[in-house]
Amino acid sequence: MTTKTNEQAHSRDMAGLLFGDLWGYAPSPESTDHVRYAQRYGHFINGRFVEGKDHFPSINPATEEVIAEFAAADEAEVDQAVQSARAAYAGVWGKMKPAERAKYIYRLGRLIQENARELAILESMDGGKPIKESRDVDLPLVAAHFLYYAGWADKLHYAFPGATVSSIGVAGQVIPWNFPLLMAAWKLAPALAAGNSVVLKPAETTPLTAMKLAELCQEADLPAGVVNIVNGAGRTGAAIVKHPDIDKVAFTGSTEVGKIIQRAIAGTRKRLTLELGGKGANIIFEDAPLDQAVEGIIQGIFFNQGHVCCAGSRLLVQESVAKEVIQKLRLRMESLRVGDPLDKNTDVGAINSRAQLDKIHELVQSGIDEGAHIHQSTCNLPSRGFFFRPTVFTEVSQSHRIAQEEIFGPVLSVLTFRTPDEALKKANNSPYGLSAGIWSDKGSKLFSVAGAIRAGVVWGNTYNQFDPASPFGGYKESGFGREGGLHGLKPYLEVR
Amino acid sequence: MTQTQKKKSTDTTQKKSPEAATIPNAEQTNGSEGSAASKAQAKSASPPPTARSTASAPNDHRLVGGGRTDNGRLMVHKTYKMWVGGKFIRSEQGRVLGLHNAEGDLVTHYVRASRKDLRDAVSAARSAQTPWATRSAFNRGQILFRAAEMIDARRESLIARLQEHAHLSASEATQEVDAAADRMFWYAGWTDKYVQVLSSVNPVASSFFNFTLPEPTGVVAIFAPTNAPLLGLVSLIAPVILSGNTCVVLVENNAPTVAIELSEILATSDFPGGVVNILTGLRDELLPHAAGHMDINAIASCGGNEAQDRAIQLAACESVKRVHFFEQPQTLDAWCSERQQSLYSILPFVEWKTAWHPIGV
Repeated sequence: MTTKTNEQAHSRDMAGLLFGDLWGYAPSPESTDHVRYAQRYGHFINGRFVEGKDHFPSINPATEEVIAEFAAADEAEVDQAVQSARAAYAGVWGKMKPAERAKYIYRLGRLIQENARELAILESMDGGKPIKESRDVDLPLVAAHFLYYAGWADKLHYAFPGATVSSIGVAGQVIPWNFPLLMAAWKLAPALAAGNSVVLKPAETTPLTAMKLAELCQEADLPAGVVNIVNGAGRTGAAIVKHPDIDKVAFTGSTEVGKIIQRAIAGTRKRLTLELGGKGANIIFEDAPLDQAVEGIIQGIFFNQGHVCCAGSRLLVQESVAKEVIQKLRLRMESLRVGDPLDKNTDVGAINSRAQLDKIHELVQSGIDEGAHIHQSTCNLPSRGFFFRPTVFTEVSQSHRIAQEEIFGPVLSVLTFRTPDEALKKANNSPYGLSAGIWSDKGSKLFSVAGAIRAGVVWGNTYNQFDPASPFGGYKESGFGREGGLHGLKPYLEVR
Repeated sequence: MTQTQKKKSTDTTQKKSPEAATIPNAEQTNGSEGSAASKAQAKSASPPPTARSTASAPNDHRLVGGGRTDNGRLMVHKTYKMWVGGKFIRSEQGRVLGLHNAEGDLVTHYVRASRKDLRDAVSAARSAQTPWATRSAFNRGQILFRAAEMIDARRESLIARLQEHAHLSASEATQEVDAAADRMFWYAGWTDKYVQVLSSVNPVASSFFNFTLPEPTGVVAIFAPTNAPLLGLVSLIAPVILSGNTCVVLVENNAPTVAIELSEILATSDFPGGVVNILTGLRDELLPHAAGHMDINAIASCGGNEAQDRAIQLAACESVKRVHFFEQPQTLDAWCSERQQSLYSILPFVEWKTAWHPIGV
């Protein structure tokens, strides 16, 4: 195809887009009148909601309005939670018949399915993610995760051939704000299936659905103390990690905090799994189905506003197709609808917090300052709330901060390569190693590159797929341990 | 250079002139006929000696090795070097430590590795890692099997060395060497099986082919056990390298020379240079550098004290290293137990890669 025909094709597509603009979508917001939540939350300890102190607000990032206030647990409150978890482990959960444990976890999965709509709306209100994602991705996965691990609870001895397995004790779990309920499910389900009790801390900007989950634990009649949820920020998390009666620490979040946690447990024999940051390479070879690849790029970086540790935030395009891919990408980016997370047509919702928005602005500015070319969607942004335009940087070099650091926002850095070897070198040139995408129609090339990439999850001709049966986790500074699948059981079991 | 010395180690620092440190001493080996005879007997690879070397004056720093054979021949002095990148090297610093027999006599010198030696070893291990990992599992297995063969082939010599340098009885030494060969043999068989046993095809709910398999973590630093100088070493090295990792082993125990003997065995087992690198020296000196080294992916440690283990964990977080502590068995019988060999000893040094691909036409 000559350049000229390319341009013609381009203008035809633009016409299509103009059509889309002329015939815009009417607002279609999800109603919130049926969702129930309290104005103030303390903690969930020993099966009961308890009062707390030092309340802080959680705001709706799309409106900047306060949704509810949450207490911040101090060391003493964390200690209560750990004691309650220990008592439940020793007294009930650890010695319960595995088949009964399985049924309790199953109940949680079912209750989540029954309450999925309300939970999805609350997730979007509290965290800013588009309702179509919380409804169609997060919640189904949350329920599926509990249902998957429920089935493991009474089959653990089949999981690790030749070994005997036993539970560990009390797990302390600290989770991030990008997939609040899903991360809670990833942490709770395998821990409970393996026979451990839990103290969980949700992120301070998205604690609402964890409190709803606590209600479901009550409805499920889960024995008191098996799941304890304490609210708070860094100090609360540190108190959990450092508590001497915690046997296992599981953390999902930034590499920076992961290192602090690894340091904090030095000198103890606490087990640790870390699911940390990433700078995923999404590699487009010239023989890839380009239109599908462009959808994959969009899915890879703009899913959940780019608040995804495994986001495909470094696009590596083979030079021969770079121009075409970037053209298609910019066009497609233009059609993304950015706005009210509760609107069913919204593709990109609100940035989770003011702090995160500031961080994105700062890194984007560094990209401009360091000489990369910025391309942004021309869409209108709501006048209130934290929003950021879908952004693509071209002319990015490997030394740029936007090619090295995790932005955790809807910002894509594009680099080019000539040979598969160069693509691999660039893809692996990162302290992170969480995820990668490879787009090619040639199977042998796909296998060879997938084998040589140092990343825990490799998507071939797709991106950002998740499933409870599929282990997830990183290489290198993206952390260690796996969540999901059979391999996700191991961190919660003593395997001898 | 200013590290604290272990009580059994004599630092005879002779910068850039290790020969000077050993040769003059070798000539002082008179007046301890018993020791020399015992050593000579061992060196000749004849059946292990039953009598220990006779007592000589304590703190009498004479080389009792390099003695005479049964028929009175003066043996060629052996220098215990380190094994890095497939080469037998001295420390770039030229520092050595002394190994003593049960009576306190200096038996031989061995190298005290420096920080630079460690860095060189890591770089050798890094260069060797991808080629080693991309060899076929069958081929890696063949090499590990060959190592087991070679341990058996040098059985008498190893038994003698364990008696002489690690002060084991003949039966203990025999037990340890035999168990070491068997352990290497046991792990060798896993190279082309562990992936099969541990990987999975994941039945995801969407239309994708999804599978998970283990891959080597990369470069692993091994702090070798402080006892069982042969079996302990084999028990840590084998599960680390069989998957395709390369390693840098730091040995500090009562007979680091045995580790060097093992490296001579591995060197004749077709291991590519750099897959296993063996340094002798002081754990306290090299530990912070190894644990904090940004190109080491994982650490296996055995027999460290509380402070050492904590120091490893503290420094390891800089590059989110995987750290695994092996509990050190306290008796030879415990080391020889089958409980000490496990498929699950491979796991701390592998990563799980999950791959997705759409299914469709």
